[in-house]
Amino acid sequence: MSGLRMSNWLIVYVGLFLLFLYAPAILLPLFAFNDSAVISFPLAGFTWQWFATVVDNESLHRATRNSLIVAVSTAVFATTLGVFAARAGTRFSFPGKRGMMGLVMVPMVLPEIIIGVSMLVVVLQLGLSLSLMTIILGHVLICTPFSTAILGAAFQGLDRSLEEASIDLGRTRLTTFLLITLPLVLPGIIASLLLAFTISLDEFIIAFFLTGTEATLPVYIWGQLRFPQRIPGLMALGTILLVVSLLLLVCAEYFRRRAARNMGRGEQRELF
Amino acid sequence: MASSFRRSINPEAVSGLALISPTFLYALVLLAAPIAAVILLSFWTQDYLELHRTFTLANYVKAWTEPVYQALMIRSVKISLLVTAFTVLIGFPIAYYIAFIVPPRRKPIWLFLITIPFWTSYLVRIFLWKVILGYNGVINGSLIGIGLIEEPLKFILYNQGAVVLTLCHAWLPFAILPIYVALDKIDRSLLEAAEDLGDSPFRRFIRITLPLAMPGIMAATIIVFIPTIGDYVTPRLVGGPNGLMIANMIEVQFKKANNAPLGAALALSAMFIVTVISLIFLWANRKYLRANQ
Repeated sequence: MSGLRMSNWLIVYVGLFLLFLYAPAILLPLFAFNDSAVISFPLAGFTWQWFATVVDNESLHRATRNSLIVAVSTAVFATTLGVFAARAGTRFSFPGKRGMMGLVMVPMVLPEIIIGVSMLVVVLQLGLSLSLMTIILGHVLICTPFSTAILGAAFQGLDRSLEEASIDLGRTRLTTFLLITLPLVLPGIIASLLLAFTISLDEFIIAFFLTGTEATLPVYIWGQLRFPQRIPGLMALGTILLVVSLLLLVCAEYFRRRAARNMGRGEQRELF
Repeated sequence: MASSFRRSINPEAVSGLALISPTFLYALVLLAAPIAAVILLSFWTQDYLELHRTFTLANYVKAWTEPVYQALMIRSVKISLLVTAFTVLIGFPIAYYIAFIVPPRRKPIWLFLITIPFWTSYLVRIFLWKVILGYNGVINGSLIGIGLIEEPLKFILYNQGAVVLTLCHAWLPFAILPIYVALDKIDRSLLEAAEDLGDSPFRRFIRITLPLAMPGIMAATIIVFIPTIGDYVTPRLVGGPNGLMIANMIEVQFKKANNAPLGAALALSAMFIVTVISLIFLWANRKYLRANQ
């Protein structure tokens, strides 16, 4: 009886928690469609005009293009590096494994400002100039641990006898990897690509330090936050970004589950 | 010699090392080497654009003795500790709910639900907290609307409390997930056994659930505590003059003030402090678990 009452309280608590968690995400579209230049209540009426300001804005388009370049490159490089690390970590044992895997995973718990600052120091000392390339280098560093974790789970569940059978049948290790292993972990690879893309698209702290003359989307947003008249447009932009991120994540989740199912195991591994 | 050496290394180790090397080298060149460069830089000095490459502790002396930096450092550690404590305390019941009450089929959906707000643009999300807490904001508007107050409350934005609240919101999913993983792994038969032996729910929680959840709680603590010290956007947007943190100072030194060596010393000092505190956490956790056995 008391257990039941406990769990009732817990449900109320969970409800309040979700309200707190979702407060900004609920307000965002409200203000994006609100027919007022000031972000406050009461709401004034429905309008599409802020989305129109997003559509014809040259510097925003440029920042979006830059962000797409950075995010796509980051996703591809981080996933490639993740495949190497995850394969080495799940299939082989070698001296120094813990230390090496540890270093690869460190950016997950390092404050991003440390990564931004230290890469900035090196770039400036070497006399290189800041560009989209430097942002990509930084983003690959922070996305690789996530890719490694997702791909590690995908490789872990792989049935090794399939690879052995292929080698027994006369395939080389490389063709076995390309023809047997990769297709089996493909859903994991797609999940990793999507997650790295999404992280890179929204990353600000490192990008702010490593950005040159070309701004990414978050760096552009940061510049606009100073101007009150631009805020409603940013709300519309934020709404669009939220919808795009959600679609990407739903895709990533779908492929991650398919990866888990591909392994032929009943148990599903969670992302975190 | 060479051939015997080669024979002593098995082919599996060679394959493993060859496979890990691209990723490892990337981390070595772009993470370890730059951090080494920052360490070196922190022992140099700079006036205007000229860098003096003679070894000196001057930056560290400044970072640890000047009241401005001391105050910022203490405040930053305090804010990070508060955020860590709140996220773990608020997140634990949520993780417990998902692990023990939600039916297994529904768990992935719940985990997804917890992470969705995290994908709202980071900057826009922080800005929205400014809107929620502001003078004409959502909270003041509603409180005036229902007649509880007549004048807008000014103390809810532009202070350290607003920074703690906004950071908690940002980091809660990261605290919930590791605690959930630890709770979900607990063997249910242990809990049933304790119940059969006559333990009250509270005793059962203290004796079994909590110790087994400790690895998750520790992971949550580290994952939230260390990165939080490096945030400079939240304090800048919602902190006001008294809510700024050490990362804001680091950013200023590297950008506007053009004193990268001092910025480096501040960044490394902050890293040093959070690492020491994290080690104390881990040590306390180990003592707690050993006492519990």
